[in-house]
Amino acid sequence: MATTELAPAHAGAAHDHEHAEHPELGFWGKYVFSTDHKVIGIQYAVTGLCFLMFGFCLVMLMRWQLAFPGRALPLIGKLFGEARMPGGSMLPEFYNELGAMHGTIMVFLGVVPLAVGGFGNFVLPLQIGAPDMAFPKINMASYWSYFLGGITMLGSFFVPGGAAQSGWTSYAPLSVIAGEGQTIWLIGMIFLITSSLLGSINFIVTTVQLRAKGLSYFRLPFFCWAQLVTSFLLLLAFPPLEAAGILQLMDRLAGSSFFMPSGLVVSGQALAYTGGGNPILWQHLFWFLAHPEVYVLILPAFGIVAEVVANNTRKPLFGYKIMVYSLWFLGFMSFIVWAHHMFFTGMGTTMATFFQTTTMIISIPSVALLTSLLISLWGGSIRFTTPMLFALAFLPMFGIGGLTGLPLGLSAADIPLHDTYYVIGHFHYVVAPGTLFALFAGIYYWFPKATGRMMSEKLGKIHFWPSLIFINGIFMPMFIQGMAGVSRRLYDGGASYDFAKEVTHWNVFMSISAWCLALAQIPFIINFFWSIKHGKKAGDNPWNATTLEWVAPSPPPHGNFLTPPEAYRGPYEYSVPGHPTDYTPQFQLEQKAS
Amino acid sequence: MGNHDSHADLDRQVKVYILIFITLLVLTMVTVAVSRLHLPVAAAVTVALIVASIKGGLVASYFMHLITERKLILWVLGFTVAFFFAVLLLPLWTHFDAIIN
Amino acid sequence: MEIPYTVAERPDTGLNNGKIGIWLFLASEVMLFGALFATYLMMRTGAVTWPRGDSILNVPLATLNTVVLISSSVTMVMAWASLKRNNFAKFRLFQGLTVLAGFGFLTIKYIEYSHKFELGLFPSTNTFLAIYFTLTGLHGLHVIGGMAINAYLWGPGSKLWKTDPEHFTNRVENSGLFWHFVDLVWIFLFPVLYLL
Repeated sequence: MATTELAPAHAGAAHDHEHAEHPELGFWGKYVFSTDHKVIGIQYAVTGLCFLMFGFCLVMLMRWQLAFPGRALPLIGKLFGEARMPGGSMLPEFYNELGAMHGTIMVFLGVVPLAVGGFGNFVLPLQIGAPDMAFPKINMASYWSYFLGGITMLGSFFVPGGAAQSGWTSYAPLSVIAGEGQTIWLIGMIFLITSSLLGSINFIVTTVQLRAKGLSYFRLPFFCWAQLVTSFLLLLAFPPLEAAGILQLMDRLAGSSFFMPSGLVVSGQALAYTGGGNPILWQHLFWFLAHPEVYVLILPAFGIVAEVVANNTRKPLFGYKIMVYSLWFLGFMSFIVWAHHMFFTGMGTTMATFFQTTTMIISIPSVALLTSLLISLWGGSIRFTTPMLFALAFLPMFGIGGLTGLPLGLSAADIPLHDTYYVIGHFHYVVAPGTLFALFAGIYYWFPKATGRMMSEKLGKIHFWPSLIFINGIFMPMFIQGMAGVSRRLYDGGASYDFAKEVTHWNVFMSISAWCLALAQIPFIINFFWSIKHGKKAGDNPWNATTLEWVAPSPPPHGNFLTPPEAYRGPYEYSVPGHPTDYTPQFQLEQKAS
Repeated sequence: MGNHDSHADLDRQVKVYILIFITLLVLTMVTVAVSRLHLPVAAAVTVALIVASIKGGLVASYFMHLITERKLILWVLGFTVAFFFAVLLLPLWTHFDAIIN
Repeated sequence: MEIPYTVAERPDTGLNNGKIGIWLFLASEVMLFGALFATYLMMRTGAVTWPRGDSILNVPLATLNTVVLISSSVTMVMAWASLKRNNFAKFRLFQGLTVLAGFGFLTIKYIEYSHKFELGLFPSTNTFLAIYFTLTGLHGLHVIGGMAINAYLWGPGSKLWKTDPEHFTNRVENSGLFWHFVDLVWIFLFPVLYLL
């Protein structure tokens, strides 16, 4: 019978220790301006989820226009006012606003804050046996910078001319001559990039310096590796976008011509710019960030899925080392593929070949990661818990997303597909039934640790199955429309184009799927809030998992562990032959049976 | 760079700092003087960048202690420099390779 | 609850948390200025004509500024070395000189900028001036930031010397790294903008 050498932190003892150290924190210090990584993680997660919901609402509005172009939206249409939806019928400018802000909010205010700020902050220090992040005050600053960025972005809807409407990609010269909302977007991005920078520094230093005794790098849970590589991507890829943002602000506010070409005429008027600038430069600097950004969107998801799969197959991960090396190789390559988003900018064959080659190469580590996870299922004793359902669904969904990316990455095949709905289908598959499903898996998996209670399995399944069906209903037809040639960002969904008339009917199907998908989230929202108070009590390790966060109490107190823990083995010692239980926790000292 | 430099070590380091300072001032004068020669662009750029790299290298190696810094920091900086050149050169290369310029 | 390795070095990395933190931050700054240098290259190669730096900009003033900044780097590292030698008074002297040098740099920059504006030369005038103002402007903001930190460490921040001298020395070293980086950027900015 193994004895647990590690003493889990007793809430009472730790608390008294804290009282001796510094004065009691009031409500504001404990829950609002907290420096505790768990509170900050929950702040990030809840804020991120709110923005995800808001971003989803924006696109549900858009989907009305796409399904029924020009038709007035009943009941709520008139609420948007005459400037945006006269008589309840959407103006193209408003459609563009919704589109640009949907993308911006989902990527920068929703997914990344939840995946990195939320899960990373909450789980990482616990998984490595640390009392907190390396720089707790900087951690708090990073959340509030994100929050300010979010408020700024939301505020941009209320300025004259409305929010940014030049796509989340803000291509020059359109973005330079666009209304005020674009300036607010740029300022919002500066807050968000600052938040990201502070966070990424914290994650890297924490992972390098605060690992518990015995926790060598190759004993780290895969989740930690994924967050580490993600942090490097954020650290080094965001600054060029920050520079580009400064340059665009200079063009908009100081009248410079960084991105303004000579002789530009808009609506018959020559613009008051001296010109000499290069609009393609904006694209280079934007995509230099935005390509690594998509790996920032997917890597934490891989991390979560790896944890949930290992735990629910009762088996070690297959190819853990290959997966770790793949992460680093992928991270490195992600910096030199970006111009596959720019094949249509008049690029010559040499550079097109360069970027398509690096893009094809980067698919290798992606496939290695997905394949390892798939093989990890082989011979496992699979428990079909709600987190596992989402993690399992992630695998083929990411597979579809990844495979559909291949023709986009080849410059010739990209010709008929660039800027069509095919692209929208591709990237949504990776990020929606891909990352988002992984994030749901993570919520169901770690909810008990954060709250001390389980979420309802029944409601979880009612959430899962319709979500899976409807999300495919939204995005699968996009490949059909894209291959038929329907362009993105058309506010009537292709209705005015003759060549598209055989595929525009899919818009109705997709919109209904979107609205049903929204309804399918209701059981999740109910489950989430109800379970906080009424869920079944969880205990420390309800999933019988091996990684360290499951040793701390649920929820862990300030300081996480009473005594610094020590690691004795790898992170996925499940079903070790001869062991009385099917899991051997990483931080448990085994007494040899006599 | 540990917390345990001896007095002798520090004295030596300070002497090095003064030496580097003088070298930097001299190189500054050199680069300004060369610019007065109005060399053709390619030569001017080459000389200017070489001098700047030497100056920068001295500041980084000695004032910033990189010459005795740990591997972890050097690896991070190595990759950073690689990506620096990527953002500097790939857009330029793409521009020159373009079909429409 | 103590965060380990805030002052002491972690044995396997040989580093404390702050040192890694500041170097990571500087790595991100290399990418920030890198993108702006890339912009310089794109603007210059895309321009029909590009003025020689010395035909528009004030080389003597900028040379003086280069000397000022290099000197401030020396005083900065001497400030840290003084702390290592347990000489708090010398630290205050050198740190103070570093802050003053920063003021000097900004004053000269102010003179440069206002002269340009008087002549009707603005970022909107042409792409050379656009990148000149943006690069030196962002650099100037970094000088201001660095000065603020240095002034804090010279003033109220120096109280830490009494309670935890090693921690304070590390802070001075780390802020010194930032200051040297600011100098490093200028070492490249100066010839690129003014001399080529």
